[in-house]
Amino acid sequence: MQSTRNQALHNINVLDFSWVIAGPETTRYLAFHGATVVKVESKSRLDLFRSYIPMAKGIPGINRCGAFDAYNSDKYDITIDLNKEQGIDVVKQLVAWADVVVENFMPGTMDKWNLGYADLKKIKPDIIMASFSMQGQTGPHSKVAGFGTELQSLVGYTNLIGWPDRSPAGTSSPNTDFVVPWYGIVAIMSALDYKQRTGKGQHLDIGQLEAGASFLSTVALDYTVNQKIANSMGNRSEYATPHGVYRCKGDDRWCAIAICGDEEWTAFCNAIGNPLWTNKAAFCSLPERKKREDELDRLIEEWTIQYTPEEVMLRMQEYGVPAGIVASGQDIHADGQLKHRHHFKMLNHPEMGDHSYETPSWRLSKTPGEIRRPSPCLGEHTEYICREFLGMSDEEFIELFQQGVFE
Amino acid sequence: MDGQGLSTLPLSPYRVLDLADEKGAFCAKLLGDFGADVIKVEQPGGDRSRNRGPFFHDIPHPERSLSWFACNTNKRSITLNLEETQGQELFKRLVASTDFIVESFPVGYMKDLGLDYPILERLNPKTVLVSISPFGQTGPYQDYKGSDIVYMSMGGMIYISGDPDRAPLRISVEQSHFQAGAQAAAAAMIAHYHRQMTGEGQHVDISIHECMVCGAHLSSFFWEIGGINTCREGNRVARGAVAPRMIWPCKDGYLSWRIWVSQQGSRTRAMVEWANSEGKAEELKHLDWENIDFNDLTQQDLESWEEHLIEFFLTHTKAELYEGSIARGIILFPVNNIEDLRRDTQLESRDFWQEVVHEELAETITYPGAAIKSSEFDYEIRYRPPLIGEHNEEIYHQELGISKEELIILREGGCI
Repeated sequence: MQSTRNQALHNINVLDFSWVIAGPETTRYLAFHGATVVKVESKSRLDLFRSYIPMAKGIPGINRCGAFDAYNSDKYDITIDLNKEQGIDVVKQLVAWADVVVENFMPGTMDKWNLGYADLKKIKPDIIMASFSMQGQTGPHSKVAGFGTELQSLVGYTNLIGWPDRSPAGTSSPNTDFVVPWYGIVAIMSALDYKQRTGKGQHLDIGQLEAGASFLSTVALDYTVNQKIANSMGNRSEYATPHGVYRCKGDDRWCAIAICGDEEWTAFCNAIGNPLWTNKAAFCSLPERKKREDELDRLIEEWTIQYTPEEVMLRMQEYGVPAGIVASGQDIHADGQLKHRHHFKMLNHPEMGDHSYETPSWRLSKTPGEIRRPSPCLGEHTEYICREFLGMSDEEFIELFQQGVFE
Repeated sequence: MDGQGLSTLPLSPYRVLDLADEKGAFCAKLLGDFGADVIKVEQPGGDRSRNRGPFFHDIPHPERSLSWFACNTNKRSITLNLEETQGQELFKRLVASTDFIVESFPVGYMKDLGLDYPILERLNPKTVLVSISPFGQTGPYQDYKGSDIVYMSMGGMIYISGDPDRAPLRISVEQSHFQAGAQAAAAAMIAHYHRQMTGEGQHVDISIHECMVCGAHLSSFFWEIGGINTCREGNRVARGAVAPRMIWPCKDGYLSWRIWVSQQGSRTRAMVEWANSEGKAEELKHLDWENIDFNDLTQQDLESWEEHLIEFFLTHTKAELYEGSIARGIILFPVNNIEDLRRDTQLESRDFWQEVVHEELAETITYPGAAIKSSEFDYEIRYRPPLIGEHNEEIYHQELGISKEELIILREGGCI
């Protein structure tokens, strides 16, 4: 196994019971920076994402799933049957080995296995336990099941994506799943720092409802102070005009343009060659442009439709106008800036073959982190973890193996 | 608000100099939420992003910006002119005792001031400099201009959102600055851990564009692994041969729910049984949800079933449907607006909302409070957002030991 000694988190051990996105995405970043992350699954309870599409080359298989693969690189994987007493024993040994335990089951599930925070503390008094959930560990709705895809409606995101004349459109991206990992990392790293100073561990309670709501703080204050209820506005903004997504040359291709002040408006007019209509007094100021926004958007689209989104973006940016292509998955992989910043790294997965993995958004100058290993196959490191991390003898391992503990 | 919690919070030993405008203010806010002593360093007259709306009682004023309030609780404020030599010298004195510096200036600006990372590193090798910029500190787009809709577009979020027959859609409110700030705080804490282990600081380079790629991740692996360009499907989402509905109308608005089949089919049966118990959706009674496969269905089959359920949903409010679903173990959530969220019983029971006194506005404002909880600490808003230069005397005089006379000279010289 490759050394991570030069990485920031090389001396942190993480025991990871989490699945789907929120928890795995958090621990993936810790692993990227050198933490040793052991993911616990069992043959009867796979990470749900091992059964989701897309599958590599369209061939089904628990080790071929793109969603699982995306959130689990650099982790070690062990299968343990938690319904067996000896299985729980192995888990307890791993708890003693770990600095941080991460889980995102329905609140109460870990307690059922006698692996709640109070139990973990008995095994390791300074353990840090990070529990991710939909709505927190306490309160009347703590045990309401859900996924980020639906939960974002409760938080208020779905209501904010749509056209004023239609029902909400929402998005298929589970927004709140991509909010909690950052809170999780800050909370876990803070807890590690606190532990170093005081010797104390802690239980972190990170819910998607609250974390998601915190990203709507401005909307919340506008309501609590001004009683204003934010609703979906298509692609428009109160503070900018033109502000939208404009159809470009090609099949379903678009470019976003956002113009805030008069300076950017002038730059925009120059960028499109100052056609006659731009001289109209009707468009000379933001309030005037706001009044004729439909007309303005139509006129702009008459220009953008002649060019590809890349051409529109390039022209706008040359003139200092904020603009960017509406990127599909394919476009993201072709993006010149992301290539320059090595946002994707190619690795070979034993079953999925060669493909790229996504790095974090950040670049650390001295401990850059690295994707070293692809996502693990189910139970790929069971034996390695028992021997190397737990110091189990061959005899011990074989005995447990024969008892079906590693199912 | 009395700061009593400060000595115990996990990041209480550490200081942050926050030079960031709206692009990065949320980063230092999070570090402040976890206990760090955050000093907002504003240009004389105030941070320009104080001029961004919405405003308290809709009156534009730098001390009334609600978007600024949202990202600047748990901070103190000083004013400092970084473009003057005296100001730079003062800043360097602050750097000597700081653990983090957060900035979101145009790429190259700090270098022009003689305050780029190599210089800051020489002044304080332990400091972590966090630079938040539209497209990162390097690369062909490093000088490109950004905007929330631009980052969301290039990050992939917009392509997968909206109705198929119209332009793809953004989230109607700013998200990129929250994503960038939170991701920057995460990165800063990883650098912090390394600093605590080794004494070595470093430069953290955050691209808002990349933050939005990471914040809407699905489309990138769907392409890479599946060769599929996930696209917008409005209130539906593609599953196999059909696109089941995700957003449904009800009596007073909308809700999120989906028809589940095969292994998860029992979830659908629970909903159908509920509807049946009220004399609705009888037509769906006979369906064996566990043995249905989306690949064997036509869109027409699906939509005819959906019609019966819509009839049922239209007889109830979203609140009734949410509570009823909770009782039946059904995954259904109301499509809330901010007013609904403010009344949410779960947030209420977890004391999420926090009253914060703004004496100068003669008002108590209800804020979204701590986003996470810990068994060790009560995370909360300890300080309301600071006034412009509110802590000049406290920090310059009491903490840096600058005499009051010198402060007057600095003020008159336009330095603070």
